[in-house]
This record gives sequence, C-alpha cells and structure tokens, in this order.
Amino acid sequence: MSINATLIGQMITFTLLVWFTMKYIWPPLITALEERRAKIADGLAAAEKGQEEMERAEKRASEKLKAAKEQSADIINLAQKRANEVVEESKANAKKEGDRMIEAAKAQIEQEIAQVKENLRQEVATLALKAAEQILQKEINKAEHNDIIAKVSSQLGQA
Amino acid sequence: MATEAHAAEGATGYIVHHLTPFSVGEGFWSFHLDTLFISAVLGALFIWFFKTVAEKATSDVPGLTQAFVEMIIEFVDQQVKDSFHGKSALISPLALTIFCWVFLWNFMDLFPVDLFSTVGSLMGIEYIRVVPSTDLNATFAMSISVFFLIIFYNLKIKGVFHFGKELLLHPFDSVFLIPFNILLNFVEYLAKPISLALRLFGNLYAGELIFILIALMPWYIQPLLSFPWAVFHILIITLQAFIFMVLTIVYLSMAHEEH
Repeated sequence: MSINATLIGQMITFTLLVWFTMKYIWPPLITALEERRAKIADGLAAAEKGQEEMERAEKRASEKLKAAKEQSADIINLAQKRANEVVEESKANAKKEGDRMIEAAKAQIEQEIAQVKENLRQEVATLALKAAEQILQKEINKAEHNDIIAKVSSQLGQA
Repeated sequence: MATEAHAAEGATGYIVHHLTPFSVGEGFWSFHLDTLFISAVLGALFIWFFKTVAEKATSDVPGLTQAFVEMIIEFVDQQVKDSFHGKSALISPLALTIFCWVFLWNFMDLFPVDLFSTVGSLMGIEYIRVVPSTDLNATFAMSISVFFLIIFYNLKIKGVFHFGKELLLHPFDSVFLIPFNILLNFVEYLAKPISLALRLFGNLYAGELIFILIALMPWYIQPLLSFPWAVFHILIITLQAFIFMVLTIVYLSMAHEEH
C-alpha cells in the first residue's frame, strides 16, 4: 500500500497512451464522424430541395393541365358554333335551291302550256279548215279564202 | 485458494495474500510489476482496438466495431463539449484515454478473485494483484498527471502573472487576506488529485475486498452473493471511469477560464 516508483512507471505509460491517442486514434475517428455528419446534412438538404422541386413541378403540371382543359373547352365551343353555322348555311342553301327549282319548274310548265296551246290552236285551225272544206264540199279557192282561214285560225288561237 | 504459507493463517491470510502486490526492489525504488504489467497490457489492448478501427474509419456506413467505437467517441466528445468551451487538441483524447483505461483497469475486478492468483502460483509468482485501480500508485499516477496538466494550462492560458494573482487574491480580493487565500487555494488545488485518486482507489479496493470476502464463504452461498455484487459492480466500474473522466474535463476547463 505504499507509494513507490510504480507511480513513475504508471505516469510514463499514461503519457504514452495519451500521446498515442491524441496522435493516431482521436483525429481519424472524429474526422470520420464529422464527415458523416456533413454528408447526412447534405443529404437532408438535397432531399428537401428535391421535395421542393417536386412540389413546384406538380404545381406547374396542374397549371398546364388547367390551361389545356380551358383551351380544349374553347375549341369544342368554337367547333360547335361552327357546326351550327354550317347547318344553318346548308339549310339556307337548300331552301334557295328548292325555290329556284320550283321557279324553273313553274316556268317550264308555263312554257309547255304555251306550247300546247299553240299546237292546239294549229290543230283546231287545221280541223276547222278541214271541217269547212267538207262542209262546203266544194272546191274552194285556197288563195281566195286564205284571208278568211287565217282570220279564223287566229281567232281560234286567241280563244 | 491461498498458497500454503497463508493457508495456515486462515481468512486473514487469504485476504492479505490477495491484496499484496507482486513487488520487486526496496523502499521507494520498488516496482509493483503486476500493476505495471497489467495496466500496460490493458493500455495496449485499448490502443490496438481503437487503432484498428481508426485505420479503417470511414465516413460511409460504419461496421459493427466502428459503430461501437464511434459510440464511445461521441459519448466522450459530448462530455467534453458540455463542460469545456475552449479549443484543445489534448482534452478529448485525454478524456477518452482516461475513460477507457480506467474502465479496463476496473474491469479486471470482474474476473474471479482466485483466477489470476492460481495461474500466478502455477507460474511461480507468489503474489499478484490484478486490478490496477486497487494500487494507489496507478490512481495517483493518473491524478498527478492530470494535476500537472491543470497547472500547465493555468500557466499557459492565464500567464504566470494572472495565475499568481488568482492564487493570491482569490476568493477574497483583499491584500490582508493573501495568506488565507494562499491556504485556501493550496487546499483546493491539492484536493483535486488526491480526491480523484482516492475515490477511484477506494471504490475498487472496497469492491475487490468484498469479492474476496465472498470467496471465503461456503461454495453454495458464493454465487448468491457474488452474482448480484458483480452486476452491481458493472455499474460501479463504468461510473468510476466516467467520474474520473468528467472531473478531469471539469478541472481542465476551469484551468482555461478566467475568474
């Protein structure tokens, strides 16, 4: 239980241990710890940045989607309007065409009526002439009576 | 398992035998070879283990041993950061060395008391005391080294003039009370290494003594007593190592701060 030279020996050992720890053990380990701390901090910062970036991208995407929806709605509206217009236009055209065709048909009918009248007139004249010939049963000088025939035939034509 | 010389003296002989160091030399120039050898081996063990890990230290995912070592390093670093606010390349490694070395010293306490003395007697060594912290030389060697560091840092940080002034005029700032101040400071400074050394020594010496007393009991009682005592001692050995480390840090941080 006495203090003796062991004390000095122990002090030397202690000094050596502390020196060795200070020089070769503490620095590399604490450096590794600091480095890892820095790495983790960086990683966390990067993750946060990524999160922010993603949020921004999502916002941008939704904005774009909204714009696209609006645009497509506009386009659909426009197309519907245009379709209505086209329908109206074709209706009008069809009506015009119909009217025109009716007009043409009427004109033709009238023309044909006129034609038929003319034909009828001539035929009645001829018939009248023949009838007159037979009634008279006499040779009639055509040249002498041409005036009367023409007169009759024109009167017939007017009837 | 006492040797035959002490067997005749019964229980007292057994206890004395277990607490006698393996000493060579006379008077002051004698050496406790067991203390020197075992603490050197434990120190080498500490250095070897930490050096192996330090060499392979990576800032990527740590392995199991590195994680373990880092846990200790961070624990010590946290203690230093909590009480020491300056910058020093010495204090953290010093605290780590003290903590690990003292812990390993104390850990020798958990080996069965007769294990090493039996092995020693087979090798022809009559006395062996395996727990270095039960040797006052070991605890005082450490606390006196710390004391030297306290004085060194006081002189380095405050300068001879300020340190001298502090010794003379603190805690009572009066010229007439200088002798009283000197006396107070003398006691205060001297109490540090003495309390450091005696606290560690006392705890471990008493613990070892109780293990020896338990070993004197009948064999069927021994486990009932030595197991709880050993479990309790796991706390004691860590706590004592921790206290030694923390007090060293506190004393050195006091040396760094002006009053």
